[in-house]
Amino acid sequence: MRRASGMFTVAARALHWLMAVMIIAMLFIGIGMVASVSERHEWLVRIHEPLGIAIFALVLVRLAVRLHHPPPALPAELPRMQKLAAHASHWLLYVLMVLMPLVGWAMLSAGGYPIMLTESLRLPAIFPVSSVAFAVLRNLHTWLAMLLFATFLAHMAAALYHGLIRRDGVLSSMTTRRASVIRLLAREN
Amino acid sequence: MKNEASSPTRARAHRILLSWAVIAVVIAGFAGAFGYVGGWLAPHRLTPARFVNQLQADYGIHPGYRRNHAKGVCVRGYFQSNGQGAPYSVAQVFEAGRRTPVVGRFAIPGGNPYAPDSSTPVRSMALRFALANGQQWRTGMNSQPVFPVSTPRAFYEMLQAQQPDPATGKPDPRKLAAFFAAHPETAEFRAWAKTARPSVSFATDSYHSLDAFIFVGPDGRGHAVRWRMVPKATAHLETRPAPPSASYLDTDLRQRLAQGPLRWRLLVTFAEPGDPIDDAAREWPSDRPTLDVGTLVIERTEPQASGPCRDINYDPLVLPHGIEASNDPLLPARSAVYADSYLRRTSEEAHLPGTARPRMKRDPETRS
Repeated sequence: MRRASGMFTVAARALHWLMAVMIIAMLFIGIGMVASVSERHEWLVRIHEPLGIAIFALVLVRLAVRLHHPPPALPAELPRMQKLAAHASHWLLYVLMVLMPLVGWAMLSAGGYPIMLTESLRLPAIFPVSSVAFAVLRNLHTWLAMLLFATFLAHMAAALYHGLIRRDGVLSSMTTRRASVIRLLAREN
Repeated sequence: MKNEASSPTRARAHRILLSWAVIAVVIAGFAGAFGYVGGWLAPHRLTPARFVNQLQADYGIHPGYRRNHAKGVCVRGYFQSNGQGAPYSVAQVFEAGRRTPVVGRFAIPGGNPYAPDSSTPVRSMALRFALANGQQWRTGMNSQPVFPVSTPRAFYEMLQAQQPDPATGKPDPRKLAAFFAAHPETAEFRAWAKTARPSVSFATDSYHSLDAFIFVGPDGRGHAVRWRMVPKATAHLETRPAPPSASYLDTDLRQRLAQGPLRWRLLVTFAEPGDPIDDAAREWPSDRPTLDVGTLVIERTEPQASGPCRDINYDPLVLPHGIEASNDPLLPARSAVYADSYLRRTSEEAHLPGTARPRMKRDPETRS
């Protein structure tokens, strides 16, 4: 079942894991800041905006890396439906990674808020001030975040399914050739 | 059992079952943590949504309106800096001779946009300074010098105590009395409220920042401050008896502005060591150094349904470089709760599914 070659490049793996940590943190920061009235609200908002822009910049780099180095193919014996689900969910993740920061940026622009990345560094507005647009974009930002979180859960479940149950090298193509922890877990079981 | 476990198919089935269990636990862990952080699995946490729900329980739902300070009018003008503030804050708005455009809003507290102006002695002034460098300073000020409570939790409990009794349609005075007895920090506000009379004009009131903020000067030093807007040239601001109408403040403001602009001096008071900078319920001693940093000039007023203040959320944490939040716990709560109120009323304005239709534009009373 195991494929001989077929690893993601070092750059792709580094970007994947760096962005995984950033995006999961971002989802928790976002949902936490709108559900808090304590001082947590203030510092979470302060992290949320620059972190969102950083994710936006990284996803552009990541798309460029992906275009130059196509990812390893999925195992040939994987059922068609699973392959389809894998491709669809990966492209959905890319679309959401690009859209989330853009919608957030546009939403703050439409609400007339200055977007301060630091004390004095301000991002320009990318959308005209409009309360109707703000309401649409602000609600969209929440729903896309829920969709992103659900897609992340499905993605992680699928990765573990490949690593623990199918053991077909799909998970280790994004970790290391040895994938020692997963292999250990799989053996212990 | 041992014989069965040694069978390879049985072992494989066990491993797969365990693997599914591991996957389920990991997914449930992330989903549960997300639910907890998001407040759905933390029913006792004070969230912005629960705050706004309580405001709605007290005042009713008035689609399109702010959930608090619902009744108000828009104003426009500018702030003329005299440069006195520049050594204490690098905010561009305080540069000598700098004129900064302002969009503001006068209002009365409470979530009922039809409340009579005489129903409360408190008036409020909210301002958004649009700095030339693109930064903004938003502030919401009240005419009383201190806030009733020190913490978001106490404010929430006060709103609960004020919720109308379904039987009488009015708040239960015993609940309010019990709240005040349990909250001695309300003493300064209550002493003020005892003698305060509802003013007949927005123009005759002073407006206080309540919360403390930190000015940061060119030397990088921080200064804990509170600010207030004090009406200028009070000679022509004679107090008149309250007119019989329920909405006399709006009429009065238009009459005064028809005769010329209204002016306030922006006074900044500096804390001394030991003064409470995290407690808006306590005043600072009156001998604290105070600086006049410039003049607010209000030139025009417009109805809030069509004026430029309608779509502004006067979030007190929208601050320019040179002004920072203090550690007053009310500030992040105001910011978070205003954001929730803003989302609800703009969603109603946008006629998004699941929201009530705003009645604001059809209502003649707010236009008058």
